[in-house]
Formats: sequence, structure tokens, C-alpha cells
Amino acid sequence: MTAAATGLTTATPPPDLTGTGGAPRRGRGLRRFLVNGKVTTGLVILLIFAVVAVLGDTIAPYDPSKRSSDILQGPGWKHWFGTTHIGQDIFSQVIVGTRSVMFVGLAAGAVATVVGVVIGVTSGYLSGAAAESLSAISNVFIVIPALPLIIIITNVVPNSGDWTIALVIGCTSWAWGARLLRAQTLSLRRRDFVEAARATGESTWRLIGFEILPNLTAIIASSFIGTVMFAVATEIALAFVGVSGISEWNWGEILFWAQGQQALPQGAWWWFVPAGLCIALFGTALSLVNFGIDEFVNPRLRSNARRSFRAADGRRVRMRVGFTPVVQAPPRGEDNER
Amino acid sequence: MSMSKPLTMKPSRSIAADAVLDIRGLCVDYGVDDNAVRAVRDVSLTLRRGEVLGLAGESGSGKSTLAYGLARLLPPPGVISAGEVIYSPPDGEPVDVLTLAPLALRAFRWAETSIVFQGAMNSLNPVHKVSTQLIDVIAAHSPGMSRRAMLDRARELLTMVGIAPDRLHAYPHQLSGGMRQRVMIGMALALEPKIVIMDEPTTALDVVMQRQILRQIVELRERFGFSVLFITHDLSLLVEFSDRIAIMYGGRIVEEAPAALLYRDALHPYSHGLLHSFPALRGPRRELAGIPGSPPDLQAMPSGCSFHPRCPRRFDPCAVDIPVLGSPADRVREARTVACWLHPAGGAID
Amino acid sequence: MRFFLRRFAFYVFTAWAAITINFFIPRLIPGDPVSALVAGMRGQITSDQIQSLTVLFGLDKHESVWMQYVDYLEQLSHGDLGISFGNFPLPVTSVLASALPWTLLLIGVTTIISFAIGTLLGIVVGWRRGSWLDGLLPVTTFLSSIPYFWLGLIAVSVVTYAGYFLPISGGYDPGLVPSWNLEFIGNAIEHGLLPAITIVVASVGGWLLSMRNMMVTVTAEDYVTVAHAKGLSERRVVMGYAARNALLPSVSGFGMALGLVVGGTFLVEYVFSYPGIGLQMLQAIARHDYPLIQGIFLVVTLAVLAANFLADIAYLALDPRTRKEG
Repeated sequence: MTAAATGLTTATPPPDLTGTGGAPRRGRGLRRFLVNGKVTTGLVILLIFAVVAVLGDTIAPYDPSKRSSDILQGPGWKHWFGTTHIGQDIFSQVIVGTRSVMFVGLAAGAVATVVGVVIGVTSGYLSGAAAESLSAISNVFIVIPALPLIIIITNVVPNSGDWTIALVIGCTSWAWGARLLRAQTLSLRRRDFVEAARATGESTWRLIGFEILPNLTAIIASSFIGTVMFAVATEIALAFVGVSGISEWNWGEILFWAQGQQALPQGAWWWFVPAGLCIALFGTALSLVNFGIDEFVNPRLRSNARRSFRAADGRRVRMRVGFTPVVQAPPRGEDNER
Repeated sequence: MSMSKPLTMKPSRSIAADAVLDIRGLCVDYGVDDNAVRAVRDVSLTLRRGEVLGLAGESGSGKSTLAYGLARLLPPPGVISAGEVIYSPPDGEPVDVLTLAPLALRAFRWAETSIVFQGAMNSLNPVHKVSTQLIDVIAAHSPGMSRRAMLDRARELLTMVGIAPDRLHAYPHQLSGGMRQRVMIGMALALEPKIVIMDEPTTALDVVMQRQILRQIVELRERFGFSVLFITHDLSLLVEFSDRIAIMYGGRIVEEAPAALLYRDALHPYSHGLLHSFPALRGPRRELAGIPGSPPDLQAMPSGCSFHPRCPRRFDPCAVDIPVLGSPADRVREARTVACWLHPAGGAID
Repeated sequence: MRFFLRRFAFYVFTAWAAITINFFIPRLIPGDPVSALVAGMRGQITSDQIQSLTVLFGLDKHESVWMQYVDYLEQLSHGDLGISFGNFPLPVTSVLASALPWTLLLIGVTTIISFAIGTLLGIVVGWRRGSWLDGLLPVTTFLSSIPYFWLGLIAVSVVTYAGYFLPISGGYDPGLVPSWNLEFIGNAIEHGLLPAITIVVASVGGWLLSMRNMMVTVTAEDYVTVAHAKGLSERRVVMGYAARNALLPSVSGFGMALGLVVGGTFLVEYVFSYPGIGLQMLQAIARHDYPLIQGIFLVVTLAVLAANFLADIAYLALDPRTRKEG
């Protein structure tokens, strides 16, 4: 279960998304976003997971459910991650399990984001009873603890395939994004360019679609990523406690069997370590991309190049808030050349 | 408030008569090494005791950077790369502010030089009462004072700036913009500093409020006799309000003269342009002329005089050499300086 | 004041919503398993108990949904949550009463500790940007991406490997009887250490990151520059001006964070067999103990609401702008 590790966990809208208001500066901004080291690392890791998910069965060395006589073996040449109590290859289980994990994560994220956008933007743009009640509904869903609710609903619902789980998670975790979007839409609605568009008679749909939504892309993206993180963690937790009856392999399922078969007391650390590391790695990759978005939106967060440097006379000078360093630099040639 | 720290660096020239703040050759950069952008270039200014010195220029001319740099308040990546800022207290040795250690700098701040910031919207801490904010600075500099005495002083300050003392326990969001700015001014005078730097104190206010605040400042100045460095882009304000005016462009001082003189006879084409950009309420009708073009990019400054691309009176030397700030040869009896090839320096500098 | 009343009204509304959701969920279970279970237990349960189960689960198909709802609310107001199938013949309320304190203690203590540590570290890291402390950020990010329960598994295996220097399961030694004496309390604390450490380590990252980001934003604000210009001590500027303002979003986001902490704690209890309501709920699910499941959900939600309300009061005290009159 991850704590919400994004910088946009707060209800306060992030500072000015577009300095000039109006049309977003897509091209230049996107490039700057992608060049950020954190984002690249995160995206690369995610890409690797995606490839594994898609290729799944094809690249797994063994059938993950296939028993063998290599009972509870540690990691070795034949079985990279070792084997289970009935000789199943854990490495294959992890590889094949990636697909289900990513699918549920992305599907749940998509559902939650769509619902969140619809409810959040509507309640932010409209005013009056409808908006207030939508806002109240989202607040209710934020406050009610998600995991117990999801466990109960999943338990209650007849079939618990990937789609069902994704739907349940998506329909209970949209509220956080909705609230952020509502706050941002509210502040955008008062901005000049929106007023101008309304004054020129632009239709509501066009307004929302072309003026407001583009400015919300960063929040929507960040909210999507946050929800995917939550969905992945939740789905794994569900499999771990044996609530979801997913028959396909899943990282949580690996942990479920590890727990059930007393892997810990037997010292079979290889059974549960890889699955957990994969979750952590996936989550970290998502967080890195999220940081990139945060820094893109809030330029103050960008790490400045260097904070301490060596002055001309050899002293070490550190940049410090409130005490501008004084450096007697040697005169630079023609000043006008800078 | 005497400086306990002795002079750490002898000033390179003798100090001008009756100067309370003497800035010499100040250079401020943003960033270090090759990426550095020079925002303030070799600025030399003198603020005399009890005078109001106006500093005018467009946005991006470096005037705020100068003000913040004086007190070393520039946020990272600001760096002061050259110059001295000599402060001469009425009793005691002159000292270069830039060489003060943090502890001494803190003692110096607000007690000798205070700043009234632009946009009081955000300059007051939203979670503390006005009383807390007025008192904490008093407490920081006079730790022995009793709380009651500090509260009395706070009330006194509020009355001084024309706010009812019962607002003492209000929060900033409960005050109007004009009131907040007055609180800032009162706060600036809390320790009776010798210098008050005002960075666009009235820009965010409406004209009526502007007038009131300025009147208040004039009154306070007459009472307490502090010097003011008044920074603004609105030259019309300065003409009325200040004793002398300095004009900044592209990080340099391009002209400096007594206010009335500047108004009558601005030498630098930029000052001339600024003065003629706004209509006078009275007097003969003049043709309004703006200044074409836009301020220079600090990272790609024009060669020679940084104003020459926009200057209606440029000629050959302008694109080649940087004009030096000095007393113009053709106005040798007036106490003014200008950096323009139209009026090259003739007499000795200062 | 208005803020306070609005929030209070909101919580009342949410409590009502939670109760109503609780009402509807069992009625969505296909195949009516509760009736079957009740039928299978005839002879063992009293008619009163049958009646209360009927109201809770709508076993009487002849009543309209609205009447069932009214009966349900009335029964709840008496504090009757039915009989737990898995812990027969204990009523749900007594099962909750014995398990709830453990969870409350665990969550309460760990939340306070990780909030305090995370926030303080966040202040330091955010203030001294560009120092080596920035290296803490990737580490805490990684840690906060680890599921709570997996961290618990690791902790168990480490302790197992290193010779059981801390108990890895249960709330107290099996031989001891719960009572308010020093021996029991000491033992209970010992048992709670591993679960608590797991939760704190996994949740600190979130607080740290959000506090750090807010500190960075706030440090660039004008009033912090003013504070420096006033020559105030570093401590006063950091705490009184910067941190005090940066704290606000953390407090207002507290409620949401709490929901996640609750979920994670349930799983940790499962891993460590810690006798809290998390463990009870997961066991109840395995045993199809519907009354207990329903009861736990209700109690958990109400508890989280109460905690949120407290957080809102704290926010009211911290941010004077919410006390605006109109």
C-alpha cells in the first residue's frame, strides 16, 4: 500500500500552469518535460514493464503453473528466481504476472480519470446545486477508506476477473482527482481568457474542451499516474489476502502462495522478494514521472544546477536563502559580450 | 545601534560628505560561471543623509535587484560579484555591508536599513497576527524589552501610519490593501532605521490610496529624518517626491540629477523619453512620445551603449563604446552625472 | 465558524452515506448466502438474534426496502450490529470492542510518529535545498512505493533470520491474560514494535515529500524574504514563517492520507497476526462472516470520519483565513 507520494496530494491547486494564460505551449513544454532526467528514467522502466507485460507468455522460460520436481529451490541458473513449494518457476510467474498487474492498473486508472474529469470539471465549471452535490459526493468518496470498501465490494460481486477488479477500483478512487480538478477549474473559470471566450459566445462544450481542458493536462496526467499506483498496490493487496479470485497469475498471487505456504519460516526469501521489488520498482518509476510533472507545473521545484561552487579565490561558497553570497569575481573582459 | 564589528575592509576612496549609504561598483549576477547573467552592472550611487533618492527604470532594468542586493536578500541563484556598499552610521565607523558576517548582517538589517516591499498582498505572513509580525522584529533586535513595552510600541507604530490601534490583533487577510501597505511602512520604521528602501510601495494601489500613502511617508520623513531610496517605474511620482533621481537602464545607471533639474532638462535620451511618456496635468500641451522597442535581453546585450538600438539620437560612438557615467562637460556647474556620448564626461568624477 | 459548521454538516452527511452504503452492500450479494447461514444455524441462535440479522440483511423479503432501511437505522441506534458467525455466539459489537483498541493504538501511534518525522525531515530537506539531504528523496520515494505488507514480510524474515529478537506475530504472548499491568503492557509494546516500525517506514516518505515540496514553494514567497529582511533568527524564519505556512496543505490532505494508512495497516495486521480489526475483517471475509464484515466497515468509516473531523479542527486553528466571517 503506497502512501500518496506525489507532490500534488494537496487540495490546493498548483500555481499558475500557463504564465500567459490561454493556449498551452505544447511543443516546447513537452520537450522540456521529456528531457528531465527523472522522467526519462521512469519512462524507461515503465517501458520495460510494458514490454514484459505484452510479451508475457512468450518470454517466460517455463509455464508458471507447471509443477516440477525442483521443490523450493533458491535462485540458480535453471530457475533465476527459484521455485515454489511445488516446483513452479517463480521467474516465469513474475513475468507472466506483469500483464495482469499492468492491465488492471491502467484500466482502473483510465476509469478513475475519466470519471474524475467528468465530475471534477463539471462541478468546477457549473455553479449551483448540481455542482455542490457533485462536490459533496466526491468528498464522501475521498473520506471513506478505500481498501476496506474495495475488499467488501470485490467479495460481494459474483465474478472477480481483471475487468471487474479494475472497474471496482476505478469507481472508488476517482474522487481525489475530481477534487483537484474541481479546484483548478474553479480558478481557471475566473481567468481572463475564459471570460473572453464566454463573451465572444463560445459554446460551453468548446470552451471546456479547448480552453479549460488543455490547461488541466498536467493535473490529469498526474492524477492518472497516482491512480495507477494506487490501483496496482490495491490489486496486489487483494490477491495477497486471497479476496480476488483471479485465476491468471499476478504478483499478489505469488505473495499469497508464499504467505500461505509459510515461505518465511522456511527461509524461502526468494519466493516473495522479487514480486515485492517489482511492485516497488514499478511504483518508483511512476513516482519519477510524477515528479517530472510536478516540476514541470511548478518551476520552483526544479532542482537548480548547483548550490555550492568554488569562488575565484578558492573559497567554497554556498547559495543560501536570505544571504546572497558575495563573490568578488575577477573583471570579465567586455561586459557587453555577456 | 552602533556596529560592534569594526571596519573589515577599508573603502577604496574617501566617503562623500554626509553620505549615509555609498554604493560603489556594485555588480550582481544570476548564476555562476559561464551561465551567469549580469543584472546589475557596475552601479555607483550615493544616498545622503535625510534625502530621498528616486530610482526609476523599466521592468527588468535591475532596480529591484539592486535594492535586494544591497541587503543581500537576493534568492538563489543571485550572487554579488563585485563592489562595495558602505554604510556610514551617524556615530561609528563606516562599514561595508557586503562583508558583514551573518550575525552582524542580521543585526544590521531592519535596525539600520529596512525595506518596504512591493505588493503587500504577499508580504505579510498570512498566519500571524499583525501584532506578532510587528513585535517579532522588535524582539529580535531588543531581546530585553518586555512584552508590554513591545505591544505599546506596536500600537504607536500603527497610529503613526494612520491605522486604528485596535487593528493590532487583526490578521492580514482582514485588512484592505492600503492598510496592509501602511502596516508594512509602520513595520519598516519599527527600529527607527536610517535608511528605508521602498520598492514600488504604491504600485498595487489605486491612485487615491497612492496619494495618501505618499503623504504619510513625507510626514514620517519630516518627523524622523530617515533617508529613502524610492524605487519605481513611475517617474512622475519621483519628480514630485524625491530630491534626486537616478535612472537605470539595462543594469546600469544612465543618469542622475536633482529632481527638478531632471524634469526641466533631461540629458539622456532614455530619461527624456520616460519623462515625455506621461501627460502633465497642468502646463502646456506636449507631444506624447513613447520609447520604441523593448528592454534589452540581459543575456544578449547590445554592443556599446545598451540603449542605442532604441535611441532616437544615436550616432557613431554609441554602438562601439559603453558611455561612462560622469559629470557632463557641458553642464559642469550642475551636480549631476550622465552616461551618454551626447554629453561626455568632462570634469573629474565626483 | 461557518467553516466549522460546514465541515460538521459534511461529516454528518458522510456518516449517513456510509451507513447507507453499508445497508445496501449485503443486499447486493447474489444468492442470499445469509439466509442459508442462518437456516443452517437454527436451533443454536435465539429468535432475537434472528430478528436482528433479518433487519441487517433484509432477510424478510416481504418488507419494502424503505421499511427495511428504517428498521435498520433504528437497530443501529440501539448499537445492535448482529451476531458474528465466525465468533459465534459473540455479538459483533463485542468482537469489535476487543479488536478496535489494538488497531486504534497502532494507527494512532504510527501516524503521529510518521507525520512528525516526515514533516520535520521535509522541512529540513526543503529548506536546505541543494545539500546532500536531497539524496534522501529518491530513497524515501522508493520506500513509499513498497507496499506496507511486503515490508512487513521482509521485516519478519529479517527477524527470523537474525534469531527472533522481536516477536513476529500476535499482540501479546499467548500465555498472558490481557490486563492493565506493567508486564502485559510491556509485552504488548514489544509485539507492536515490528508492525509499527513497518508502517512508519512505509508511510514516512509520503509526508516527507509533500512537506518538502510545500517548503520549496513557500520559501520563494515574499513574506519569507521579508522575514529575512527583518533580521529574524534562522529558526524563527524557518518555523514561524516558512514551515507554519507549508504545513497547511499537509493537514488538509491528512484525511485522504489516513484512508490509505488504514488500508495499509489492515494488511500489516494480517501479516503479523496482530489482533486488530484489520485482521478480524480479513478473517471474516474468508469465513463469510457478513455481520462482522458489515460492522467493521461501519466502525472503520466512522472512525476515519472522526479523525478527519479532528484534522479539520486542527486546520481551523492553524489557518486564520478559514475563520473569515462570511
